[in-house]
Amino acid sequence: MSVIISDAIRLEVAGENALILYFFEPKLRQGNVVGSISDARDNKVISTKLNKQVQQAAQLIRFHLADDIVDLIPSYASILVVFDLIKIDHHQLRNKLQVLLQDTDTQAINQGKVIKLPVYYSLESGRDLPRVAKRAQLSIEQVIEIHQAQTYSVYAIGFAPGFAYLGEVEQRIATPRLSSPRLKVPKGAVAIADRQTAVYPADSPGGWNIIGLCPLAMFDANLSPPMPISVGDSVKFVAIDKQQYLELGGKICN
Amino acid sequence: MTSKQVSLGFIVNSPGVLSLIQDAGRYGCFNLGLSNGGPADAQAFYWANRLCNNALDASAIEVSVGGLQLTAQIDCTIAVTGAPMLLTVNGQAKPLWRSFKVKAGDNICLGYASLGVRCYVAVTGGFDIEASFGSTATLCRENIGGLSGDKLQVHDVLPINTPSNNTKHVQQLLAEQDQPQYANHLMLRTVQSYQYQQFSTVERSLFYANEYQVSQHWDRMGYRLEGRAIKADIEGILSEGICYGAVQVPADGQPIVLLNDRQTIGGYPKIGAVISQDCAKLSQLRQGDSVHFQAITMSEADNLFHLNLARLQAIKLIPCD
Repeated sequence: MSVIISDAIRLEVAGENALILYFFEPKLRQGNVVGSISDARDNKVISTKLNKQVQQAAQLIRFHLADDIVDLIPSYASILVVFDLIKIDHHQLRNKLQVLLQDTDTQAINQGKVIKLPVYYSLESGRDLPRVAKRAQLSIEQVIEIHQAQTYSVYAIGFAPGFAYLGEVEQRIATPRLSSPRLKVPKGAVAIADRQTAVYPADSPGGWNIIGLCPLAMFDANLSPPMPISVGDSVKFVAIDKQQYLELGGKICN
Repeated sequence: MTSKQVSLGFIVNSPGVLSLIQDAGRYGCFNLGLSNGGPADAQAFYWANRLCNNALDASAIEVSVGGLQLTAQIDCTIAVTGAPMLLTVNGQAKPLWRSFKVKAGDNICLGYASLGVRCYVAVTGGFDIEASFGSTATLCRENIGGLSGDKLQVHDVLPINTPSNNTKHVQQLLAEQDQPQYANHLMLRTVQSYQYQQFSTVERSLFYANEYQVSQHWDRMGYRLEGRAIKADIEGILSEGICYGAVQVPADGQPIVLLNDRQTIGGYPKIGAVISQDCAKLSQLRQGDSVHFQAITMSEADNLFHLNLARLQAIKLIPCD
C-alpha cells in the first residue's frame, strides 16, 4: 500500500480513516525502491531537517485540505492524517496529498518563536541529577550548564496534553529512561530521556530522568492558547534559584 | 466566565461503577496532545440520541458496568441503549432501545450488565453541559470535559436542554431485529497498516490465526489482549500519531487495541488498525472475553463503513405510546 509521494515522502495506510506520511532523507533511497523504503522505516534518527519538512507539510495540509481533514498529528518524521470518510475516500486523499506535497521545498516555512523556560535545577528539584552526572562523568554543575546551552526544537506534542518533545539534548548528557517508570513524576519536572527533553505538564507516571522543576504551566485549559509553545517553536532553558522558582508560583512536594 | 442560569434535569443518587458524560468526541485538538474521547460504543450512543430525536452528537451518559441511579427533576423523555442492564423507573422494569416519558420525582435505576459493558442514557433535548475544547467528552485522566473534568459523582445535577415543542413527546422504539447483539467473542476486522511489513509473514499469519483473550487491563484508553505473542523485526519506532483502533505490539508481543482515550502518539510498532464499528463492539467486552483478528484491505474497510452508515440511516424507528 506504500506510495512514494516525492523523493523524501512516503504515504502508508494507518487506519479506516487515516493515512500516515513518512519523511526520510533522500540519500536513503539509493538502490532499488523496495530497499529504500525499508531503510526509511528503520530510520530512528531524530532530524531537525526532517522535522521542519513535517511542519511545513502539516501547514500546507491544514491550509489546503481543511475541508477533508478531521485532524493531524505531526511528529518527529511523520504526519498522521485523519480524514472525514463522508467527504473523501483514501484514493482521493492520496491524490490530493501527492499533488500538494510533490515539491515541499519551494514553500516558505513559519519560523516559530523562541520561548525561554525558567528551571530550578538542584538536587532537591532534580533527583536524577546525580545519575545523569555520574553516567556522563561530569559534575552536576556541568550537566546543568550543558542542558541550558542548547536551543531545543519542539518536535512533537502528544502523549498527554501539553507534553512537548524537545530535542536534541547534547550527546554527553543523553541518559536512557529509568528501567522502571516512577508512578508519579511531579508537574513541572524537567527531564531527559536519551536525547529528548521535556517538561511534565501535570503529575503523571513517567520514566524520564528528572533534573529540575519549571514553575510555568505547560497546559492550562482555561487559557487561550492553553500551551505557551507549539510545534515549530524553539525552547531555551534558563536557570533560576529557589526563591525565584517559588515567586513564579513553583511548588516543592516530596 | 459568565454565570449561567441553572436549569433542571437529573440528580445523581449513585454514579455506579463509572458513568461519564460523552458527546461525539473532541476533534481538532491533537496539536495539544488531547485525544478524541467520545462514546466507546458509538453505535449504541447513536441509537440513544436517535430514539430521543436529538442531534446525533448530543451529550449523553455512558454507563460502564452499571449501577447508575438518577432522580428526574422535571418531566422529560429518555432512552437507554447498549449492553442489557436491568432498567427500572420507580421499581418497574422498562425496556432498553425505546424512548419513554418520565415525570419529575421518578427514580431511574440501572442494574449491572451480565453481557456487554456499556449503556447510554440520552434525554430528549440532550444534557446541557458546557463544552471544553469544543466537546463535553469526559477525559478523567486529564481532568477535561464532563461536569468538572471528572466522572459523575453522588449529588451531581445534570441539567438538560429544553427540547423544541415538536420533539417533546415523541416515544419510539428500535425493532428487535435491528438492535445490536452483544457477545463474548468477536471478530475484529483489521486494516493491515503502519508497520505491518515489519512483522514477518509467519508472525502475521499467527496473529490472524490465533485467539486472544481480553486481559485485566481493559478501559476506554485501550484493550490489552493475551495470547500467542507476536514479534516485530524492530523494537521501537520514532514516536508517531496513533489512530483509533491501532493495534500496538510492545516488546512482550501481546497486542493492545487503542481506543477513544488513547495517547495521541507513541513509539511501539503497530500491525494494523481495527475498523471503527468493530472497536465499538470491542468496547463491550471485558476480561476473559475473546477476539480473533481478520485482515481486510483499506477498500473493504471503506465499503464496510459506508454500508454500516447506509443501514443505520435506512432503519426506521417505530412510534409507540
